[in-house]
Order: sequence, then C-alpha cells, then structure tokens
Amino acid sequence: MSDFVQHIINGLASGTIYALVALGYTMVYGVLKLINFAHGDVMMVGVYLGYGTAFQLGRGSQSSFLGVLLIFLVAMAGCALLGFVIERFAYRPLREKPRLTALITAIGISFALSYGFQLDWVAHLGSASVTLLPGAAPRAFPEIIKPTEWLVFGDRDVVVWNWQVISLGIAVALMVGLQLLVFKTRFGSAMRAVSFDHRTAALMGIPTDRVIATTFMLGSALAAGAGLLYAIKDTAVQPLMGTYVGLKAFVAAVIGGIGHVPGAVVGALLLGLCEEFVVGYTSSSWRDAVAFGFLIAVLLVRPEGLFGRAVAEKV
Amino acid sequence: MGAASAKTMPYWARGLAPLLGALAVLAMLQWIFGPMHFFVYLSSLVGVNVILAVSLNVVNGMTGQFSIGHAGFMAVGAYLSGLFSLAVKELNIRGLPATLSDQLLLLAAIGVGGVAAAACGFLVGLPSLRLKGDYLAIVTLGFGEIIRVVVQNTETLGGALGLSGIPQRSSFYMVWLWVFVTVLVARRIAGSSHGRSLWAIREDEVAAEAMGVDTTGYKVRSFVVSSFFAGVAGALFAHFVPIINPGSFTFVKSMEVVVMVVAGGLGSTTGAIVAAVCLTLLPEGMRSLFLRLGGEDASLAQKVDQIRMPIYGLLLVLLMLVRPQGLFGTREAWDVLPKWLSRRGPALKGPVA
Repeated sequence: MSDFVQHIINGLASGTIYALVALGYTMVYGVLKLINFAHGDVMMVGVYLGYGTAFQLGRGSQSSFLGVLLIFLVAMAGCALLGFVIERFAYRPLREKPRLTALITAIGISFALSYGFQLDWVAHLGSASVTLLPGAAPRAFPEIIKPTEWLVFGDRDVVVWNWQVISLGIAVALMVGLQLLVFKTRFGSAMRAVSFDHRTAALMGIPTDRVIATTFMLGSALAAGAGLLYAIKDTAVQPLMGTYVGLKAFVAAVIGGIGHVPGAVVGALLLGLCEEFVVGYTSSSWRDAVAFGFLIAVLLVRPEGLFGRAVAEKV
Repeated sequence: MGAASAKTMPYWARGLAPLLGALAVLAMLQWIFGPMHFFVYLSSLVGVNVILAVSLNVVNGMTGQFSIGHAGFMAVGAYLSGLFSLAVKELNIRGLPATLSDQLLLLAAIGVGGVAAAACGFLVGLPSLRLKGDYLAIVTLGFGEIIRVVVQNTETLGGALGLSGIPQRSSFYMVWLWVFVTVLVARRIAGSSHGRSLWAIREDEVAAEAMGVDTTGYKVRSFVVSSFFAGVAGALFAHFVPIINPGSFTFVKSMEVVVMVVAGGLGSTTGAIVAAVCLTLLPEGMRSLFLRLGGEDASLAQKVDQIRMPIYGLLLVLLMLVRPQGLFGTREAWDVLPKWLSRRGPALKGPVA
C-alpha cells in the first residue's frame, strides 16, 4: 500500500515537469498551429544556461535565494531570446507556406540544437578559454535547491521531497496564471484572435507578429524554468535531455487536447502517473515506450484529446 | 529499347524486360567489383540508403504524409531477417551448390524482413493515417521508439548488445538488384493511376476525397509499400554488417533518410537517389580522407561523425527557407537536366553567332 502511495507521489512529481514543458507546447500550438519540435531542445539550452550561471556564481552563492533567482532569470531570459530568434528567422518566413515546411524546419532546429550542443568547442582568447558548446558528456547539475524530505510517513514508507512540492506548486500557479492571461487580459484576447484566424486578426488591427513572437518567448521562458526544475530533480545535464522530455510533454499536450491549457496539465499528470506505475511494477527500461503507447491509444480513441474539440476542416 | 520493340512485345514481357536487363548488367558489375571488399561494403551502404530514401519518398513525397519513423521499419526487417538467417544458418537446400543455396536463403530472409515490416506498416498506418500530418509524424516517431525499446528488452534479439553472427551473405548483386526493384516500383507507382491518386492526396486531401479518392486506403497502401522496402533495406543491412544493435536504428537514422528525401525534393525519385548517394558518400569520403591525413590520430575522423548531425539539422532549416522544393522538386532528373543544359546552351552559342 505504501508503495502504491509513493508511486502516486513520484508520478505526480514527474508529471508536473512534463506539465510545465507541455504548457509551452500548447501555447505555441494555440497561436501558430505549429508543433514546435525544438521546444524540448530550447529547454535543454535553458538548463545549460542555468548550469553556466550557477558555475559562475560559485558554490557559496548559487544556493542562496538571490542566487537561485538569478539562475532562473538568466536561463529564462536567455531562452526567451532564443525563442525570439528561432521564431523570427526560421518560422516567420514560412508562416504562409504549407504546414509541412514549418514542421520540417522545427525538426531541423531540434536536431541542430541537440546535436550541436554535443560538440565541444572551446574558444581560446589569450589565456582565458570560453566554452562555446559543452560537449556530449553529461554534467552534474549543482544542488541549488538542497533536496530535503518535506513529509515522511511511517518508517520512511512514503516520502515527499521538497522539490516535488515546489514543482507542483509552480505548475499549478503557472497554469492558473496562463489561464488568466489567455482569458482575462487584452493580450490574451489578442492571442485568441490570432489563434482563431490570424489574417482577420491582422485586419482588426492586432499586431499578429508581435503577439506570436511574445507567445513564443513566453513559451521558451517557461521551458527554461521547467528544465531547471527537471535538472534539480535529475541532476544529470546532457544535450539530448530535451528531446525526450520535449516529446513526452508533447504527448501530454496531445492527450489533454493540444491548445488547451488545463488539458496540458491534466494530460501531463496522467502521463507521469502512467510512466511511474509501469516503471514501478515492471522495469525502468520500458519507460520510453509508455508515453508513445499511451499517445497512440489516445489518438485512436479520441484524436482531439481529452479536453479538445474536434474541428471540422472547411474548404 | 526502341518504341517498336516495346509494342511488339507481349504485355508480361514489357514489364519484365527492364528487370532482366538489370540482372545481366548487375551480373557483369558483380564479376568486376565482387573482389573489391571496401567498394562492395561502401556501395552496399549506398544501396541501402537509396532503398530507404526512395521508399520513404513514396510516403513523404508522393502522398504528402510525413513519416519520421522509417528506421523502425528498417529495424523490423533487419531483426526478423537476421533471426531467420540465424535459424537456417546450417541449412543447405538439397541439390544446389552452396553459394546458390545461400543466396536463395538470403532472398527468403529478405522476404521475411520485408513482409514483417510491411505488416508493421499496416498496423501503424491503418489507425494513424486517419490523422493529420503532424500527428502522423509523432506517431511514426513513437513507433520507431517503441520498436527500439522492445528490441532492447528482448533477450532473443540480443537486447542492447545486438544480434551478431548473422551469416554475411549479402552481395553487391543482391543489394543493387533490390535498389533496382525499389526504384522500378516507385516509378511505376508514380506513373500509374494509383500514383495519380497519391499526388491528389498530396496536393489537397479534402479535394481528393471529394473526387472519390479513398484517401485512407491509398495512404495505408503507400505506407505498406514504403515499409516493405524499408524492411528489405534493413534485411540487406543485417547481412553485410558484422552486428546489428538498437543503436543502428534510432531516430537519427530516420532523420538521415528524411534529410535525403527533403534535400532531393519531396516527390522526386531521382532526387532521393542523388541525395542518398551524396549524403552517404560525403561523410564516408571525408572520414577516410581525414583518416589518411591524420594517420594514427583518429580524432579528425570522429569529428566528421559528430558534426554531421548538426549540419543535417541546419541543412533542413536552410532548405526550407531557401529552396523548400529541394533539389528537383517533384520532377525527375530527366525533366530537369535538359532545361539546365539548354539554359547554358544559348550562352555558349552566343558569341559564335
């Protein structure tokens, strides 16, 4: 019984990480109808930025409150910039082209980022050497938030860690915040208008380019935050980490109904639980197959996802 | 072959004639190149990639769907044909010389691999081809990953270590025969009324359906054909490399094939061939060049492998921005080349006249 409860807690915890990444996916899909395959890799870049910042801060100050805040800010700002660049130079020129071209571009960017970061390029400027690209070797992420047991039941039968609570809190807060942003603000109504029909929205005076770019930056910043929470839990940082988390987050977004904010969170928690139970009761090597099996099952039964609405194609 | 002879030939022979011609040419080439081991290895690698690219082009190019799990079907073909060959390793068909019996068994193994992959293609395609393009991409990717995880967890398939000891029966002749068959089938599909329906689906699925094209049926069929040849490619691959392991059939392999198809032009068979040949020979050539330059220092050659992947990624992005139709677009080399040549033609004649 205690095993079962512990699996539920762990499943919810890994689900929240997927949820944070899935929120970015679902937002970008909402406005652009584009599956941003590079989302997970943007997250990976964010983790490396956070890693670099923590490294520069040194052991003493990286785990202070200000240090942690700075690490998150640098990573999120850097990723927002990266998201802006990707949108401006890769996706915007293709917006009126067939959707397949944008999809291929997204896959290309994902590939370039995840394999580009596996090169180890170090620039030598005089005596100083600057790491341009980190290389394939996994690195240990510093313990910026020291894992402590938040709640212990019985004789360590069920343990709740502090980071699990923190990430669940952040995920729920962000979900509520995003929902408010989309439905209660001017920017949110602009987003919904662009999502509905971006040409008509432009005719109504909505700056579509700016709305899309901002959404992209927001999504990328979210990815960076999610990535850091993931890295704190998992501690190993490597260039391919984004690919799998990204794919699973995408699966979560589809399960919930892509474009639907609370749906993404629910889908992600479901996926996290599913994975945890399969891993807990069989073997961890099956973990990666679970998400895709789940995805195929959902797409067969209800292709629009749990909360999505089926949209008929008009000619 | 002249037009007159084609007309006087009976119907069945007209279909078989190119195949018989290819058999003779290939036999000659086998006789010339057979003893050159590195050449045979390299050309087999090229051949396998050409089969993969041409077959993926049937789905991604002609039908306009976007599959990114081709390596999964290749893995199915490789592993099942490998198991088959391991099972019949000691067998010798009675009354036949050893080499002939080996080749017949190899042919059977390729058939097993191809049919198994085609069956998988049917299973994956039937439900998922009802979905729109980007969902299909994810499902095919997911399928490839599931295959990899299953292989990794199955003892009889060698797990993560891989399957070794498969008899090395593949030959230059066998690989290029299948290349020829694949290209022939792809071209025949493109020119047939079946192919016209595929093009219609590619251009506008709703319109095609309104014109009475059974879109799901055609999509599934093209998917099955494509995965059959991916399985054949995998089977051939399994019979000339010393060991097959799940690492050979990852997402990276699928992406390599996608890059070939996109670079050659979605919908162009010759484009896929040209891109597959170039993108196989270029890294191999650079690797052996650097190996020669660096001597004992193999790090340069390793760098080629490392830098290949980010370059593929950037290549995709650049292609989409600058030339989304790829090298040939939907046309074939013989549609494009005369135009390119004649464009240069007048400029050369100019000063003379």
